[in-house]
Amino acid sequence: MATVAREKFDNIIEIKNVTKVFDGITAVDNVSLSVRRGEFVTLLGPSGCGKTTLLRMIAGFEMPTSGTILLEKQDVTTMPPHLRPINTVFQKYALFPHLNVFKNIAFGLKLKKIPTGEVDKKGRPIFRKFTKDEIAEKVERVLKLVNLEAYGYRDITGLSGGQQQRIAIARAIVCEPKVLLLDEPLGALDLKMRKEMQSELAAMHKNIGITFIYVTHDQEEALTMSDKVVVMTDGAVQQYGTPKKIYDEPANAFVADFIGESNILSGVMKKDFLVEFCGTQFKCLDKGFEKDEKVDLVVRPEDIAISAKSGALAGEVVSTVFKGTYYEMEIVAGDYQFTVQNTVEYVAGSKVWLTIEPDGIHIMKKLKTVNELDGEVTSENTVEICGGEFEFENTQNFERGDEVRVCVPFDKVELTDDEEDGVIGANVTQTLYKGSYYQVQVYTDDDNDFLIDTVDEWDIGDRVGIKINPKDMVVTRKQTTIDGETVTDGETVTDGEIDSIGEEGETDE
Amino acid sequence: MNKNSTTAAASVTPRKTRKIRGVKRSAFALPYLALSIVFVIVPLFIMLYYAFTDGATGSFTGANFVHFFSRPNIMAVMGKSFLIALLTTVLCLILAYPLALALSSSALNKKFIIVMLFVLPMWINSLLRTYAVKIVLFMLNISNAWVAVTIGMVYDFFPFMLLPLYSVVSGMDKSLIEASQDLGASPLKTLIKVRIPLSLPGIISGVLMVFMPTVSTFAITDVLGDTSTYMFGNIINQWFRNSGGWNIGSAYSFILLILIAATVLLANKLTKGKTEIGGVL
Repeated sequence: MATVAREKFDNIIEIKNVTKVFDGITAVDNVSLSVRRGEFVTLLGPSGCGKTTLLRMIAGFEMPTSGTILLEKQDVTTMPPHLRPINTVFQKYALFPHLNVFKNIAFGLKLKKIPTGEVDKKGRPIFRKFTKDEIAEKVERVLKLVNLEAYGYRDITGLSGGQQQRIAIARAIVCEPKVLLLDEPLGALDLKMRKEMQSELAAMHKNIGITFIYVTHDQEEALTMSDKVVVMTDGAVQQYGTPKKIYDEPANAFVADFIGESNILSGVMKKDFLVEFCGTQFKCLDKGFEKDEKVDLVVRPEDIAISAKSGALAGEVVSTVFKGTYYEMEIVAGDYQFTVQNTVEYVAGSKVWLTIEPDGIHIMKKLKTVNELDGEVTSENTVEICGGEFEFENTQNFERGDEVRVCVPFDKVELTDDEEDGVIGANVTQTLYKGSYYQVQVYTDDDNDFLIDTVDEWDIGDRVGIKINPKDMVVTRKQTTIDGETVTDGETVTDGEIDSIGEEGETDE
Repeated sequence: MNKNSTTAAASVTPRKTRKIRGVKRSAFALPYLALSIVFVIVPLFIMLYYAFTDGATGSFTGANFVHFFSRPNIMAVMGKSFLIALLTTVLCLILAYPLALALSSSALNKKFIIVMLFVLPMWINSLLRTYAVKIVLFMLNISNAWVAVTIGMVYDFFPFMLLPLYSVVSGMDKSLIEASQDLGASPLKTLIKVRIPLSLPGIISGVLMVFMPTVSTFAITDVLGDTSTYMFGNIINQWFRNSGGWNIGSAYSFILLILIAATVLLANKLTKGKTEIGGVL
């Protein structure tokens, strides 16, 4: 029993401060993560968030720019992929078209060397290869596992997508890897097949007990299959926890928006357990914020109660859509437009009251409250930030060459349709509807990001110009260090948080 | 929106309406068909006529073929031609395959420029280049006719080997290479077990595109060789230069044609079933 318990808690993979930079673009940014033996861990995030790059570094196809990767306490950061006891199921299967099903699965087995248990004169263990019979037996067994017993001598090209996927999984698990990596393996399948394979994969994980690291952008897939979910964006881990924790207690607005339907609002903490939004104060379960601290908060559509008679917020139904088991209604209350799910329909135009119980409100720290950038004064009234010269009101007699910090509130940054109309160009990477406005995140060409609050809707990928009114630029002399560290975006995952996650949701098989 | 509607329109277009303004698409091949009838099919029959007739009397005869099979020294020249073509092809393959691998790797970003460097020689007339080779070989003090001819042929036909290899190697699904490494194959094992088998269509194309013209070449051996490198192509050329030699020249050409056709069929048979792309022919 004791050994079982220890094995359960030992980390098979430890990723420490791993960063990967491609041609000046940071794909993975200082990620630290540990995976326990036997777990099913999903890396979840939108495309381009760095999840596949992270997986490829574990497999050995990419080398981290900095940081280390440990496999069973052994540093494998620079070990080539063919020496790692890790196998991958590729996104588009990557089955060898010149080999049949049997030979595809036997590919890894034929190369594998296993210790005979004997040692040579110098005390080194002697290795041997699998015999033909052993290979045949193993291939047969794994074909049975993926329900394709009779397919050994078929050509790859004649198989359906689902069958090819099973062969790809069989080819990887037949080598008995310590860790199985799956790179969006179900992405190419249709919905029905995907559902089937999801449950099959989960069952397979239970049966064979190999650690799975699974990459997907499908939040539902991540929540239903995994023991733990790692939510990533912009190359950084936003949250790491059990599916339930991530759904119920998202660490920040991004996670809340990405996981499930949600209403994300801005509010103010009046005191512990009391938050104000929509001009109304609500009881909540969160504490530890400063008085009057601005916060993001998430309310799930199913946590809002509707009544025709009484409630906390008065609103009007704008639209209603039947979704099979419930109605989804858009309800305007105050400045905010809430998405509400209820089994009872309230027709568009009807006046209603909304009530939100304390456990339906989840408060999150704001990632940033203001855009803060480093710049350099270039003339009497211009300052260079992000590679562009912005005008500002020089009230403190800055001189040319002075290093300064520039602060611009979210709602004072102006986006222009035409890049030429702005001082600098940028790409829209994220937009978040916050009830009464959109919060848009843009990345400039020199990899700085701006957050902009705007009533206009922008599309992800849009190329925009950035303009700032000179009087909205708050320029201060740069303090090089504050308590030894420069002021940057807050880290959202603390060590304490990661450690605490492991204790819950443990079940014995 | 626009993008969606165009793709949707393209996918619903039924197969049978392959007409553009009322003209069937296959009709576009007619000009080439006419051209090949006049300049390929008809000359072939003229050659066949000459091969089976007597130059003096114009009567039907098999003597022109007997002429070849009764002369061991000419058959030996034929064998020599195949040998040097084979040597050229193998050398081209050995040189081109690693280069194709290097060019296709993402480490070489300037691959377009490098490909151009190897394709650029094709823009210059081959005879001109052959004379250039002659001068370079003279400067390098290489006087052996066999060496000179081989170098000349490899240099001349190298792009025909490189291009199909490069296209197949660079078009190869990178994830297959990664899958091989992932399953425990070292870079060398990956080369043998995955890269080479998957580039077989390109190898066959390249081999045929180098082998076929080299086996019948006479221009390069004329410029760079001497009597010891006299090839079958040179002999055919010789017969056609004599006014009375057209019949025997045609018979010789015909024999070469049959042998090349047999080689191509053999190569196609080798690739058959391995891949749908197959050789170029």
